Amino acid sequence: MSPVTVQAVVNGDQVKRSIPPNLLLIDFLRDEMGLTGTKQSCEVEVCGACTVLVDDEPVSSCCYLAADIDQRRVETVEGLVGTPFHNRVVEAFLRHAAVQCGFCTPGLLLTAKAMARREAAPTELELREALAGNLCRCTGYHSVLQALAEVLGSEGPA
Amino acid sequence: MAAVTTPERPVVATAVGREVERADARVKLNGQAEFTGDIRVPGMLYGAVLRSPVARARITRVDVEAALALDGVVAVLTGQDLLDMDPYYGHALRDRPIVAIDEVRFVGEPVAVVAARTLAVAEEARNLIEVAYDLQAPVASLEAAVRSDAPQVHTTRARPGFAHGLGQLPDPEGNVCYRYGFTTGDVSADFAGADVVVEGEYRFPAVYQYSLETHSVVADYRGDEVTIWASCQHPFLVRQEIADLFDLNLDRVRVVVPYLGGGFGSKSYTKMEPIAVAISRKARRPVRVVNRVDESMVTTRRHNMVCRMRTAAAADGTLLAREADFWLDTGAYADNGPRVTATAGDAAPGPYRWRSVRVDGRCVYTNTAPAGSYRAFGAIHLQWIGELQVDEIAHKLGLDPLEFRCRNLLPVGGEVRAGAKPLDADLVGDLRKVAEAIDWGAPRPPGRGVGLSVGLLAAGAHPVSMATVRLGADGGATVLVGTTELGQGARTAMAQIAAEVLALPPHQVVVRGTDTQYTPYDRSTGASRSTTVAGKAVELAARDVLASLVETAATKLDSDAPLSARDGGITDGERWISHQELIRARFGFAGGELVGQGRVQPSRGSGSYAEGPVFWEVCLAAAEVEVDPATGVVHVMRTASVADVGRAINPQLIRRQDEGATLQAIGNALFEEMHYDPEGLLLNDTLLDYRIPSTLDVPEQMTCVIVENEDGPGPFGAKGCGEGAFAGVTAAIATAVAAAGVPMRELPMTPERVWRRLQERGTVEQTGELR
Repeated sequence: MSPVTVQAVVNGDQVKRSIPPNLLLIDFLRDEMGLTGTKQSCEVEVCGACTVLVDDEPVSSCCYLAADIDQRRVETVEGLVGTPFHNRVVEAFLRHAAVQCGFCTPGLLLTAKAMARREAAPTELELREALAGNLCRCTGYHSVLQALAEVLGSEGPA
Repeated sequence: MAAVTTPERPVVATAVGREVERADARVKLNGQAEFTGDIRVPGMLYGAVLRSPVARARITRVDVEAALALDGVVAVLTGQDLLDMDPYYGHALRDRPIVAIDEVRFVGEPVAVVAARTLAVAEEARNLIEVAYDLQAPVASLEAAVRSDAPQVHTTRARPGFAHGLGQLPDPEGNVCYRYGFTTGDVSADFAGADVVVEGEYRFPAVYQYSLETHSVVADYRGDEVTIWASCQHPFLVRQEIADLFDLNLDRVRVVVPYLGGGFGSKSYTKMEPIAVAISRKARRPVRVVNRVDESMVTTRRHNMVCRMRTAAAADGTLLAREADFWLDTGAYADNGPRVTATAGDAAPGPYRWRSVRVDGRCVYTNTAPAGSYRAFGAIHLQWIGELQVDEIAHKLGLDPLEFRCRNLLPVGGEVRAGAKPLDADLVGDLRKVAEAIDWGAPRPPGRGVGLSVGLLAAGAHPVSMATVRLGADGGATVLVGTTELGQGARTAMAQIAAEVLALPPHQVVVRGTDTQYTPYDRSTGASRSTTVAGKAVELAARDVLASLVETAATKLDSDAPLSARDGGITDGERWISHQELIRARFGFAGGELVGQGRVQPSRGSGSYAEGPVFWEVCLAAAEVEVDPATGVVHVMRTASVADVGRAINPQLIRRQDEGATLQAIGNALFEEMHYDPEGLLLNDTLLDYRIPSTLDVPEQMTCVIVENEDGPGPFGAKGCGEGAFAGVTAAIATAVAAAGVPMRELPMTPERVWRRLQERGTVEQTGELR
C-alpha cells in the first residue's frame, strides 16, 4: 500500500504526515504523535475509551482511519488540559472522587466536551444516554454522573 | 537557637477518616497517567500470540518458516523452544506450559509467539504460522467433564504450586483437580427431623472481569536478568513465578507496576508475563505483549458453577441444617480455582447457627478458558443460592425474612468454620441498617420486590506485607509499599495512614508504584487485604519513623512528658518542634532522612488459609426491583450495601468501591454470561455481544452504609471492603426478584429466563407450588 499524506490540526498544532492508508487514528495518535492519553480497549466501538473529537464530534479512534482526519481538527485529552472546561471537570471529578483506575477517563471527558458544546443543562436521562457509550468498570457511574451534571449545569442523580 | 529558622507551626487536620482528594486523580484526568501499554522501551519489539482455534487436539506439526521469513520478524517462539527448561507454572497447581507443548486444551491457548518490529508485522507473521492439529473430542462443559467415562483434560498429575496455601492437596479424581468440603453434626438426622426442607439445583454463569485495560506486559531479558513492566496485581508473586520458570534468583527479576486500568482479580497471579519473558529471552530484545479484549477473555474468567443445595428448618423458625454440593468449572488450567473452591465452600453455609452442615465442592477441569479470581469469588457463587433458600423457608413458615435472619444469624465471636477466625462483625446490626435504608416493610405494588442477603467472604489472603517510610529533610514522606493501585485508591489510603501517624497533611506523603527492585515485599493486592495488611505495615513503618523523631525530640526538649506527633512536628503538649528541625538536629545539617520499616506476618499459626482468614468481610445488601411481566425485564430500582470497615480511612473511596461493585453485581445478576458452544468455542468474545453495565443501568438510588466498630486487625481498627457488596447485591437482587414472584435458579436473570419462569408460574399458580 502506498502511503497517503494527511494534513490536520491536532490539539491546535498543524501536523503533516505520510502514513499507511490503513493506519487507525488511535495508532496514529498514540504511536506517531506520542499522545498516549487516548486509550485502547474494546476495538469495536463499544467502550468509548478511545473517544477523541474530530471537528468537535466524538469518534472512536479505534475504528476511524487516520487518513480521514485530513483537513480536519482533532482534539484529544492532551488538548483539553488547561482549558476552562477541563479545569471545571477536574474540580468536579476531584470533589466526587469520580476517577478510579482512570483508563476510561480521557474518552469520557471528550464525550462530555462534545455534549457541553451541543446542549446546555441536559436532563439526567440525556446525560445518561450521552454517556452510555463510555463504559467504566470501576466507579458504578454514579459519581461520574454527579460530577458531569455539575459541570454541565444540569440536575444530577440523587 | 538553631541557625536555621524553624517553620511556623501549621495546623494539620487528622488524615484518617477524611475524604482526602485522590492522589492519582489529576494525572489521570490529564491523560498523563502511565499504563503498561504506554511504555516504549528503546529497541522494543511487538509480540503477537498465535492461539489455538480448537479446544482439544494433539499438535502434530508447527511450521514457522514463512513467519520467520517476513521482513521485520525477529523471533518466533513455540513449545519446542521450552525443552531446555521446566516450562510449567501455576501458583496453585503447576499444570500450565508457557505455550502449548504437543497438545492444546482450550480455544485461545497460546501456541506460538512472534516478535517483530511493528505490531502489524507481528500479526501478519503470526497468521503465516502453520499448525496441524489432530482433533480430539473436547470436554466443554461441567456435565461432560464429570461423567465417569469423560476424557481427561490432563493425563498427568500436576505438582502443587508455590502459593496454593491450601495445606495437603487431595488426590485428583478424573477431571476434579481439587476438592474442598467439611461436615459438622448429624446432617441426616437433622433433615429427617426437620419440619421444612427446601432444595434445588442452581446454575451460575461464566463471566468476564473486563478491566478496560487488557493484560499488558513489556519484558526485557538481558544477560541473566529480566525487567518486566506488567499490569499485574501481585508483582511479588509474578517475580517468584518467573524466577522459578527461568531459573533466576529473585533479585534478578525486576517487576515494575505502572498504574493499572482495573483488575478486579483478572490480573492476579501470573498471566501473560511468562510468554513475554520467554519471547524476549529468545529475541534478545525487549518485547511488548498486549492482549486484545478477546484474548483477555480467554486469559481468565469467573468460574461457572452447578450447585445442589438443601436447607432444613424447624417450624418455630430455627434453621437446622444445610447441605451443598457444587462443581466449579475452572477451565483447562487450575489458575486460582482451588482457592475459589475453598472460599465457595466456606460461603456455602451462610453465617447462620447450624446444627449440622455438609459441604462438598469440586474444582473441575474442562476444555474451556481457565477461570480464576474475580471480585468476591466463592461468596458470590454460593450466597444467592443459600439466601434464596432462607427466603423460601421464611415464606413457607409465614415469617418475615428480616426477623427470620436476625433470629438465626451468628453472633459476634460465633464459629463460622471450625478452626477459623471467629466472626468479627455484627451481622444483625448490619442487616438492620440495610433494611432501614431500603424501607423494608413498606408496602409495594405488584411486580415489585425487596430482598435482603447476608454472607461472609474469607478475606485478607496470606498476611505477609512489608513497607518502608522515608521522611525527608523537608518534612515530606515517601511510602514504599507493594500494593498495586488498580483504581481502588490504595495510594491515597496508604498516604493517609502514614500521614496520620506522622501528623502530616496527606498530600505531603507520596506513595510510589511497585518496583520490586526497591519496594519491600508484599504478597498480593486482592482479597480486600491491602488497607488491612499492607496498610498495617505502612502504619508500623511510619511509627518506626515516629520513634526516631520522638527520640531526638526528647533530647532537644529534655522533657519527661509524653511526646506525640502533631501538626507536622513533635509536641510535649506545650512546646512543639517541626519534623524538619528534628531531622536537622539528628544529622547536623539540612539533609539526611529517617527510614522506618514495617512488617506484618501471621500473628498465629502459619497464616495459611485453613487458619485464617485475616478477617471476615461481610457481604450484606438489600435491593428493590421491578419485574416487567410482559417482557421479563428486571429493573433494579435501588440498592443498599454495608461496608463494615472497622474504621473508614477514606469514606468517599469506600462508597465508590461499593457503587462500582453494585454495577458489577447488576451485570453478573442480570445479563453477563460467556456462552460456549459444545465444541468449546466462546461465542461472545467481543463487547458487541458481551454486554457490561452502562450509565443506563445505574439504579435510582445506591446507598452504602459505612459501619465503623473499630474491630478490624488493620491500621486504626480498619478492615477491608470492596468485594462484599458484589456478592451481597447479587444475592439481594436474586431474593428481590423472588419476592416479586419469580424465584430464579439460574443467573443471569435474563429477560427470557425470567419471562419463562413467569409462564411456569402461570401454570402452577392454582397450586401455589412454585416457591
